[in-house]
Amino acid sequence: MTDLTRETAEGAQEIRARSETSPVEEAIEEGVVLRGVKPGDDLDVEVADGETMIINMGPQHPSTHGVLRLMLELDGETVLRCKPIIGYLHTGMEKTGEDLTYLQGATNVTRMDYASPLNNELVFSLAVEELLEVEVPERAVWIRMLMSELNRMSSHLLFLATNGMDLGAISMMIYGFRDRESVLAFFEKVTGLRMNHNYIRPGGVAADLPDGWRDDVLGILDDLPAHLDEYDELLTGQPIWRQRTQGVGVITTEQALAVGATGPILRSTGVPWDLRRAMPYMHYDEVDFDVVVGTYGDTFDRYAIRLNEVRESIKIVRQVVDRIPPGDYRVQDKKVTPPPRARIDESMEALIHHFKIFTEGFKVPEGEVYVAIESPRGELGCYLVSDGSAKPYRLHIRAPSFVNLQTLPHMMRGGLVADGVAIISSVDPIMGEVDR
Amino acid sequence: MSEEPALIHGAPSALSHGQLVVFPERERYLEVAGELKDEGYDLCVDLTVVDYLLAIDRPCPEAVAPERFEVVVNLLSTAGRRRARLRVQVPESDPTLPSLFDLWPGCEAMEREAYDMFGIVFPGHPDLTRILMPDDWEGHPLRKDYPVGRIPVQFKEAPAPR
Repeated sequence: MTDLTRETAEGAQEIRARSETSPVEEAIEEGVVLRGVKPGDDLDVEVADGETMIINMGPQHPSTHGVLRLMLELDGETVLRCKPIIGYLHTGMEKTGEDLTYLQGATNVTRMDYASPLNNELVFSLAVEELLEVEVPERAVWIRMLMSELNRMSSHLLFLATNGMDLGAISMMIYGFRDRESVLAFFEKVTGLRMNHNYIRPGGVAADLPDGWRDDVLGILDDLPAHLDEYDELLTGQPIWRQRTQGVGVITTEQALAVGATGPILRSTGVPWDLRRAMPYMHYDEVDFDVVVGTYGDTFDRYAIRLNEVRESIKIVRQVVDRIPPGDYRVQDKKVTPPPRARIDESMEALIHHFKIFTEGFKVPEGEVYVAIESPRGELGCYLVSDGSAKPYRLHIRAPSFVNLQTLPHMMRGGLVADGVAIISSVDPIMGEVDR
Repeated sequence: MSEEPALIHGAPSALSHGQLVVFPERERYLEVAGELKDEGYDLCVDLTVVDYLLAIDRPCPEAVAPERFEVVVNLLSTAGRRRARLRVQVPESDPTLPSLFDLWPGCEAMEREAYDMFGIVFPGHPDLTRILMPDDWEGHPLRKDYPVGRIPVQFKEAPAPR
């Protein structure tokens, strides 16, 4: 064993030779441990003894979207086994979350899924509000819907860009980032930051929408549909694109449900499961939109679903823009919301409240709650336990990418290495939320 | 948490903020989970652990004896559009709990994370190794008695502490 191998080895977490692997473990790596399929059943992959090779793909590989490491057993160019090895971006965010007050907590969770930070803030805030039992003002709810739908658009545009880049459509990369940037520019105007906004907080949102927000949003919505039609022309109808994606990385409904996959992966198999529709939160039951589903569960379906979900989000944002009511943008409960800046100069109590909220934080009643929303990647959940103090006793984020990654062995089996790149990309994992 | 006397598959249950919580005993955990799956809970959404070392006197139904660890399993029924949550007490002296792998293969990664972060052992799990921390890491970081602050550098080939 060379020094480099020894220094970087992860021991039992890695893929091992078949002779050292237990049958069930091997079956997981081959992607056959699912309902109805037993280890040893038909694998439709011929294994030539002694001819296979175990290689690493990643963690430093441009198509692995960060630091995902896949160990692959290859027979020539065919993938026989695959095992994702994760943890290279683990920074103990759940542990950190136990040491931050509820007001600081949003700055922590927003850094998990860095492609859709507002959704992370939203699920955390909803969980805290559920425990606090406060009613968020209508304006704040609609602003949250506006922001989280715009965030879904920017996240899917990022997917289109990186998916295109992974499959060699470099121009799509440039176009996707261009359109995503127009959404991020609006985020910067509203929240002050392009990413990691800390905008949606327990009790409402951090600030009201700036003057002229309506024109900015409508500007984005007016430009995008024409651009999306261009992408349709550039990719969807293009023979090379279809050959690289159609029939690649197929997963069935039973397999997706068995491994707990949600979001576009589950929808690509034809299940119209979208939490915004199935178990509505906020005011999603009051807006009109379609749940996009696929048929074949392949890479192309997952691409098409995300492309069309941008169109659905545009539809939702158009309705939301007209419905944002006037009023408060955060709850008027002095124990949760800091007083306005002007009040601090004239009122001793306001100064005390301000000081207490930002040093000690507000106390949340004892209890536990699980709240889930539909993030661009699937079901994003927050399990929050409070012991009655000003900091969470336990903060757990159910990260959709973490669970969705388990579909990789099933999709990769029997395919080519080059298809592997398309498949990883179509799962759209964000390593920040996988490793937390 | 409002008390509800109803037994669900023989296990006490309660409503927490309107969400159904079932408290099976450790011995009947697999049985209750299997019955819930037959009832239509086809998706095991989440499996995690809470270490109640510092809050052992938390509110629980009377029939449940609180222990240090609590494994929390969130189930979802896509057809019925409802959720259920299992909370199982796991004592510190014997932190083991049968694996749900045979019912929902998707629990594989979640149980590995629970083992990695809390040291709960899941007999029946096919590949119970660390998932987020390096393989040679000592201790289980999300336990409440895990030292934070000054901790030794644990990576391989790291220089000895000065």
